[in-house]
Amino acid sequence: MGGFYIDWSGELVAFFGFALVMIVGAVLMLTLTKVVHMVASLAAVFLGLGGMFVVLEAEFVAFTQVLLYAGAVTILLIFGIMMTDHQAVQREPVRPGHEIVSAVASILLFGILFYAIRTTEFAPSAPPLQAGTDNAMEIGKQLYTQHVIPFELVSVLLTVAFIGAIVIAKKEAE
Amino acid sequence: MLSSYLTMAAILFCIGLYGALSKRNAVIVLMSVELMLNSVNLNLVAFSKYGVVPSLSGQIFSLFTISVAAAEVAVGVAILIALFRSRGSANVDDFNEMRR
Repeated sequence: MGGFYIDWSGELVAFFGFALVMIVGAVLMLTLTKVVHMVASLAAVFLGLGGMFVVLEAEFVAFTQVLLYAGAVTILLIFGIMMTDHQAVQREPVRPGHEIVSAVASILLFGILFYAIRTTEFAPSAPPLQAGTDNAMEIGKQLYTQHVIPFELVSVLLTVAFIGAIVIAKKEAE
Repeated sequence: MLSSYLTMAAILFCIGLYGALSKRNAVIVLMSVELMLNSVNLNLVAFSKYGVVPSLSGQIFSLFTISVAAAEVAVGVAILIALFRSRGSANVDDFNEMRR
């Protein structure tokens, strides 16, 4: 097999493909000037992440990701843009120093995280989880037995949050 | 393989952090926060497959994170629309009442 130090399994190839899509999308999100184009590139990141979840054999999470993020959140953000400055173009930085400081802080954080990931010894014990056969059913069983109270709390949270969102965004009656 | 996923999540998180700190438009800041939340989901799912104790709990945690993030973005967009209506701007530099 080819490769220098890594064996090119199908998982690795798929990983690099989706990683490329995600990084390109994320960088485009930061560099594009029109806000609507930024949302489109963010949708590419979400779709790439969904593909990566499929590679990780988490099909249910992958489809939730595509439905909720690539579908709902992206549409909601587009609505947010339409309701505010829809002609908005990212202006020139008012304070270039601020931008440099935030770039340095992000790169520093990445350095720390990368160092930690490289130096940590992950105990190579159990074989990887094989949840690919009936992922959705297993998740459903666990949600309704072990995690039933958090599940109900999340439903209450969603109801409260969406009613609150409607109340906040509603036009006040004069 | 686990460390590749963790590195990918770290890259996404740092891109999101940079966007959240440096962008002026409030919608873009919200999008960057979503990016950071997503990278955490990637970590959770990667640990659920390759962690020391592989189990489905990581995927269930990521489902909870996704739903909380959906609630967060809905409330965030609503607050932004209300602010835009009262202030006529979606620029984060104009929302500085607490600093005066």
